[in-house]
Amino acid sequence: MPDATPFSLDSVSVLLVWTAIAIYALAFIAYTVDLSRRGAVAADAKDAAAKVARERELVAVGGSSGGSSVDALRAQETASEAALNAPVGRRERLVWARIGTALTVLGFLFHVGGDVTRGIAAGRVPWSNMYEFALTGTMLIVAVYLGVLFRYDLRFLGTFITGLVVVLLGGTAIWFYTDIVPLMDPLKSVWLVIHVFVASLSTAIFALAFGLSVLQLMQARRERKVAAAATVEASATAVKTGPGFLRTLPSADALESLAYRFAIIGFIFWTFTLIAGSIWANDAWGRYWGFDTKEVWTFVIWVLYAGYIHARATRGWRGSRSAWLSIIGFTAVLFNFTIVNMFFKGLHAYSGLN
Amino acid sequence: MSRPRSDSETAADPLRPADHADGEASDDITQPALGVVGWLRWGWRQLTSMRTALVLLLLLAIAAVPGSLVPQRSADPNGVRQYFVDNPDLAPVLDKLSLFDVYTSPWFSAIYILLFISLVGCVIPRTKHHFKAMRAKPPRTPARLSRLDAHRAEILEYSDDADAAAAAAAAVDAAQQQLRSSGYRVERYDSARALSVSAERGYLRETGNLVFHGALVGVLLAVGIGGGFTYTGQTVIIEGRTWVNTMLDYTSFNPGRFVDEDALTPYALTLDRFDVTYQPSGSQGSGMAGDFVANLTTQYAGEKTAKGEVRVNHPLDMAGDRVYLMGNGYAPTLTIRDADGDVVFSEAVPFLPQDTNMTSLGVIKVPDGLSDQVGLVGFFYPTQVKLDSGAYTSSYPALINPVVTLDVYVGDLGIDGGVPKSVYTLDTSDMDKLTGVGTDVTSLELAPGETADLPGGRGTVTFENEAPAGAQGYDGSVKRYVSLSIHRDAAAAWVLVFAVLALAGLLAALFVPRRRMWVKAVVQGHTVHLEYAGLARGEDPTLAAAVDQFAVKHLASLAAAAPAAGDGRAAASHPSETTPDVD
Repeated sequence: MPDATPFSLDSVSVLLVWTAIAIYALAFIAYTVDLSRRGAVAADAKDAAAKVARERELVAVGGSSGGSSVDALRAQETASEAALNAPVGRRERLVWARIGTALTVLGFLFHVGGDVTRGIAAGRVPWSNMYEFALTGTMLIVAVYLGVLFRYDLRFLGTFITGLVVVLLGGTAIWFYTDIVPLMDPLKSVWLVIHVFVASLSTAIFALAFGLSVLQLMQARRERKVAAAATVEASATAVKTGPGFLRTLPSADALESLAYRFAIIGFIFWTFTLIAGSIWANDAWGRYWGFDTKEVWTFVIWVLYAGYIHARATRGWRGSRSAWLSIIGFTAVLFNFTIVNMFFKGLHAYSGLN
Repeated sequence: MSRPRSDSETAADPLRPADHADGEASDDITQPALGVVGWLRWGWRQLTSMRTALVLLLLLAIAAVPGSLVPQRSADPNGVRQYFVDNPDLAPVLDKLSLFDVYTSPWFSAIYILLFISLVGCVIPRTKHHFKAMRAKPPRTPARLSRLDAHRAEILEYSDDADAAAAAAAAVDAAQQQLRSSGYRVERYDSARALSVSAERGYLRETGNLVFHGALVGVLLAVGIGGGFTYTGQTVIIEGRTWVNTMLDYTSFNPGRFVDEDALTPYALTLDRFDVTYQPSGSQGSGMAGDFVANLTTQYAGEKTAKGEVRVNHPLDMAGDRVYLMGNGYAPTLTIRDADGDVVFSEAVPFLPQDTNMTSLGVIKVPDGLSDQVGLVGFFYPTQVKLDSGAYTSSYPALINPVVTLDVYVGDLGIDGGVPKSVYTLDTSDMDKLTGVGTDVTSLELAPGETADLPGGRGTVTFENEAPAGAQGYDGSVKRYVSLSIHRDAAAAWVLVFAVLALAGLLAALFVPRRRMWVKAVVQGHTVHLEYAGLARGEDPTLAAAVDQFAVKHLASLAAAAPAAGDGRAAASHPSETTPDVD
């Protein structure tokens, strides 16, 4: 915590950040309620459909029933894909999701305020040490999420995004806070503005891809179970297929295609980060590449996502297997940011932590 | 190529490895033909398959990790030395496994060399194929377009059969025009039954893909070959001294294989002044150093002198070499006189900084001139304070209260045997300690301008004050030095060019959609059945929307053209009942 005068710009920044965290936490709750209500609504719809089906079966007397749950699955998929692509004005009225999004926007405004005041207080870009980088990085995660909402109705990711940001931002405010000190000489470069910003931007995009890949795996598991239940037939009674809200989400295929689209954008930015970092390293350290620990991990992440892109194009790897690569890739991103910064020795020693 | 395809189709496809997700599953259990050639062919196909490339990529990621867990000789040689001290049992085992040189180790090299062979093996045939495809015609229109995922059908009605026939021809002509102007390569396939135009776009996607992979090979080659022409050298320059770019003046020099050490461009660098600012004590980040500048006078052989400066992030360019500022420190000037008062040693001696407040350690060796060989181990404190333990330390990096303390050793310096010894360490194994901890005499302690006697009447040592006459305080009383690193890397520019090419290729390969589009018109009596269909070649999430958009625009242009045709009747169009739901 800043121990300087009580009303310094930096302490205002800290106050704004904590306010943002609190609002994000409320948004998280609203989004969670939304998901559970979706589950309930989907269950009601299923019951109704099952009732109709049962009545039909009575009429048809043992007609082919095995396909019905799979047919229902297909119908849901079509509907949820249309919902995914629905323009802003024509989206389903999900009250709790709306509350969640409104709160996220509000929290984001405070977050931006906290980030900007920190930058003004320090008199430089607010991503020059670990605390500031995390501040800006989480802000970009929310910004990318809110930006994407204009194009796709991804509010089902709201729980993941706000949850992730509450945890990361809370941890940042508690553990990473550092007082404002002047920049170290190596950081006085235009590349600080470019390289570090693009790195955090790609982190934000990878986060979104990660969330979609996780949902993809859950959805694929559910689809497998529905298909399996359909072949077993007869026992139309409760087959457990995982969380109910999954029924209102796009198919695993659609989620995968969306995750892939984000991942390739993130990959492009990551490639740029790598190149910009090398140019900077060549000016600052006298070589463009030296397998410094941070360079190693940036390279590992690059290779993992390159693997993911190739896996998407390889028979037998498309689908769940490639989703695991996206998940491992983002885990490496987080590892690179936290563990590598804090515990690994290297030239990227700018975290400002002791 | 196991599945039979028409020639045109084969020529227009990107040639992909057999296990590409877009290809059709072939029976993976085909036995290789017997014989060496068969096995080689089978092995080659395995190596250049997607699956192998993927596994190699993942292996590469995993293999890179240990290099961040264990210190590397290339990045952190002192860390490796320390590791050997800390883990005397484990370190030799790790060393056997090349874990201190991961990125030049046989196993790491094996992975990336295999990966690049796999890559080249994949890219070369694809390039040939793509080159042909770029000049081939778009493929023949499939007979049943409705089988394709992105498909849309319309029926236009006309007053009589002749009108319909003319309208069908006009519609396909318009479609051809529209496709061509939106960047498609087009080809007409008209038969008696149906008129159609076949179009393909997005060849840039495959071009980008090939450029990306080719550029990666370029990066690897540039790094590999360029490394042979690269050198890095280190030197130290004390204020007022001059350094010349010859092998003699380097403290260390690491040349690549093809570097001619006698052909270095002769130039000289003189350190006029070294500047640094420290955060004033009491402020946030007190004592933090910044704004380092080495002010140099530079001179090429036979030319006039010029001014130059080296700062962090701003190396100085000298004849294609880049001069980097790597470090700085204090170089106290010490003069040693014998018992008769004759000078036997007088030099500014670079002391190595030990902490952020510039507590520094230095060694002075006096082999000749005194009764015995004398060695001095000294600590320099720019702002000396006494800790509770009685030991000294420096509390601020600037010259507020500069003090040198010296421990005196006499005996054999061990430098007569011709074995090179570091100037920064003193081998005391054959020497006796005369002052400091472990002796009866306290260490010699000097402020600038002061002189002390060496024990046993051997002479005196003076800490010279280098400040100009009349200076206030101790500012400038001790000279500073810089350590510079001189690099030549001819390949860096090439690496950058290939890296940027790779990025550009990647953008095209990931974001340019490769797709085929067909527009077919079939005349049935007085109606025209129009069909639009698209086929994705690779990832293409917006294909359906593109087909729809195209159809809407095309129909609008037909409607607009119809009155202009002069017959005064606009064609009535309605979606065909057979139109599948495109969404």
